[in-house]
Amino acid sequence: MKVPRCRGTRDLLPQDMEKFRRIDKGFRECCLGWGYREIKTPVLEYLHLFTSAGTLSPDMLGRVYSFLDWDGWSGERVVLRPDGTIPAARLYAENLQSLAVARLCYVENMFAFEGTGRESRERWQCGAELIGGHKPEGDVELISLALEALSKFGLKSVELRLAHAGLLKAFLQGLGLRGEEEADMLDRIFSGDADVIEEVKGGNPELEKQLRLLFGLKGDSLGFVENLRNLFTVSNPALESSLSELARIADLLTNIGCSYQIDFTSGKGFEYYTGIIFGFYSSGRRLGGGGRYDELIPLVGGKDICASGFALYVDEIMDLLGKPSEREKVLVKAKDAEGLKDSFEMARLLREEGFIAEFDLGQKKTAGFRWIVDMRSGKGIELIERSSGKKQRKSSPAEVLAVMRRRVSESQRRKRSK
Amino acid sequence: MKRGDGVQIKLALPKGALQGQTSALLEEAGFSIGDYKEGSRSYRPGCELFPGFFTKVFHEKDIAIQVAIGNYDLGICRLDWVEELLVKYHSDAVVKVQALGYGKRNLYAVAAGGSGADSLQALKSSEESLRIVSEYPNIAESFALAKRLRRFRIFPVWGAAGAYLPEHAEIAIMTGTSSDRLREQGMVPVATILGGGAYLVANRNSLESKDLSRLLSALSGAEVVDTGVEEEVAGAAAGWEEELPAADKNVVCLALPDGHQQRHTVDFFKGAGIEISGYGSGKLTSRPRIDLDGVAVKVIRPQDMPLQVANGNFDLAVTGRDWLQDHRFCFPSSPVEEVLDLGFGRVRIVAVVSRDFPASSIDELKRLKREPALRVASEYVNVADKYARDNHLAPYKIIPTWGATEAFLPEDADVLIENTETGATISKHKLKIVDTLFESSACLIGNALAMRRRDKRSRISRLIETMRGGIDARAAC
Repeated sequence: MKVPRCRGTRDLLPQDMEKFRRIDKGFRECCLGWGYREIKTPVLEYLHLFTSAGTLSPDMLGRVYSFLDWDGWSGERVVLRPDGTIPAARLYAENLQSLAVARLCYVENMFAFEGTGRESRERWQCGAELIGGHKPEGDVELISLALEALSKFGLKSVELRLAHAGLLKAFLQGLGLRGEEEADMLDRIFSGDADVIEEVKGGNPELEKQLRLLFGLKGDSLGFVENLRNLFTVSNPALESSLSELARIADLLTNIGCSYQIDFTSGKGFEYYTGIIFGFYSSGRRLGGGGRYDELIPLVGGKDICASGFALYVDEIMDLLGKPSEREKVLVKAKDAEGLKDSFEMARLLREEGFIAEFDLGQKKTAGFRWIVDMRSGKGIELIERSSGKKQRKSSPAEVLAVMRRRVSESQRRKRSK
Repeated sequence: MKRGDGVQIKLALPKGALQGQTSALLEEAGFSIGDYKEGSRSYRPGCELFPGFFTKVFHEKDIAIQVAIGNYDLGICRLDWVEELLVKYHSDAVVKVQALGYGKRNLYAVAAGGSGADSLQALKSSEESLRIVSEYPNIAESFALAKRLRRFRIFPVWGAAGAYLPEHAEIAIMTGTSSDRLREQGMVPVATILGGGAYLVANRNSLESKDLSRLLSALSGAEVVDTGVEEEVAGAAAGWEEELPAADKNVVCLALPDGHQQRHTVDFFKGAGIEISGYGSGKLTSRPRIDLDGVAVKVIRPQDMPLQVANGNFDLAVTGRDWLQDHRFCFPSSPVEEVLDLGFGRVRIVAVVSRDFPASSIDELKRLKREPALRVASEYVNVADKYARDNHLAPYKIIPTWGATEAFLPEDADVLIENTETGATISKHKLKIVDTLFESSACLIGNALAMRRRDKRSRISRLIETMRGGIDARAAC
């Protein structure tokens, strides 16, 4: 009887894992180059890490995998990690508080219930968190790091979209909604439902009009932020600090030659965001996002320190990656018994040379192999190059390798001249 | 759309509090169902309304589940049980067809009155981990998340949720007919979570593919007067008017069972020379008085005791070994242990199948392959799970039940893990025993950590010694 895969999960097949590892490796290399150090947090955390005020919305918490552990008689529930930033903040508060600036990165899986069947309930993320340090410069560093990683994966034309959680929160506070309504509205904006602002009905029609205007405008320059300042802060000084922060970031991004679009409908994020929110898009997909979360570390028991971070969505990025340039494969047909040692030695030398050496265990098809090294006769080694069908008999592994090396450099030269 | 009399239509009916009025409703709708009357105990009341019409009686909590998984086309139960299922398992498989106009009650979040936090705001600002007890653990969790409680622990209970306030829980999610009524009992409803009474619910697939119109039209035309339902809440919370025990940290907390073990427990304590007022005959309070110094007693469900002793709410409790085992299989490193075998309430925990089931022993059961899975129903979820696991009954599926488990065989389960005293009920329901898992009797359980605590040790051992006297007295009889 076939036992099916658990509902809502996904198998990563060899071709998927190849892409996965390319992302994983590329991301970690980028991060290490910027001074980030890799961490891994446990898959299991206490539920209350995530219920602490303002860290995840009730809607997200309602989709968390939570259960009682084998020693959970105290009623304390544990969860499968639904988010990477909050555990990273806990890890910092528990272990690294002496650092004035902590640069952390991770590649981890997150779990959340998903009922539509369109997405997996287990999602992989590449995350980076910058705890401490100067504010807007830190945000710009994270944005640059994310863009560098995405370009390293070979993704072209990635768009950067910006919004600001502090500005959204200040706007909503001004609307005079009931506490729950306000929280619900913010949840919906953060979960990507920008249409919700059409439904706003508070006691401040003027501000509602401004909010709709804010969501209707998009700009890609510092001048646009200055326009927003003029439009809004005169009547609502509470927005000033957020807008001036946004202006500073826009200015810095322009200075380093990074283009962006300010678009408040892109404000997908988490409740713990307090400042800039950024999202990365390509081919109509959201490939990652992040933001500033200056209040989170104290909420998980750490010191009062500013922080910011992002995550790239591995599953989304995998779909966009092209075929890799694979190492060349050699099929080794070994002689049995006493000749086996020579065949193993041949294969070892091939691997050392950078080839993938696979023993023939009865595979019918030889497609995918550039070479066949046949040692079955016991009299010398037969080298076959599959594309041309050319056969050569050599007396030693060294001679075989010399031919292969020559042929590889010839084809590389041809490729280059093309 | 399947039409005609060849199609089977299955209706799940509630046992217990709703039974009388549901039977009146059915009568009013023109199809009186044989043995389904107030207080009747048949699980398969016959009805000759039309061929293929089948009814079965379940605990209310099971009805929403049975309709959701498609075992029954229609069911009648109170809305709170439907929501308890749907809030956790987002599914459109259950359609709430119509309110039936009786059995009305609300579900409240209730805090203890008096000195404790008595508003939602006060509870939310608490730095402590809030203990929430409820028969509705899924609703409780969803409530806690929606209200953004910072830190909470949920204790699912089989009943008597109100009895835990205020010493053993900060919030109870429990039903009541009105908030005034709860206030009269000294409790403070801090939020109304939902309202609703008896509901007709349907399986979506059945509604879409079967002709249920005969039943639907008859039921929608029928009306019954809501005569009210005897509130269990009142019993559980009674005793509130009494003075709370002094907040003495050294007081030994003893939990005593309600239900059918109560009478035996009273006799046992009598034998040991201990009087417990408010626990024997007459009015049951949730806080009977025991004539032992430094011991406080509360009455809760025996099923809930091991967990409550494990988490330190109670030091000692009188429960059954069956419930202790069920707890230990769930939490192997729990600090709860059996202190005394009290000897009464002896039962065997057995694996049971239908009389014509193609297996008569556990070995035959093991060899049996059922597609897609062998359905094992039990109130003892963890005992059943471990038993199926240890015996490699693969593939299997555990169906948790809330009583009336015998009714599940043969249509809605293949195997039961049940307790039996004489085996009479089992043969009455045309079932047979295929294995005995273990023997159970009433026992005194204790928290190993509490029993070592210096401030409580001597009081606890004095109580244990007194109870040992009860065992000797029983033996002498």
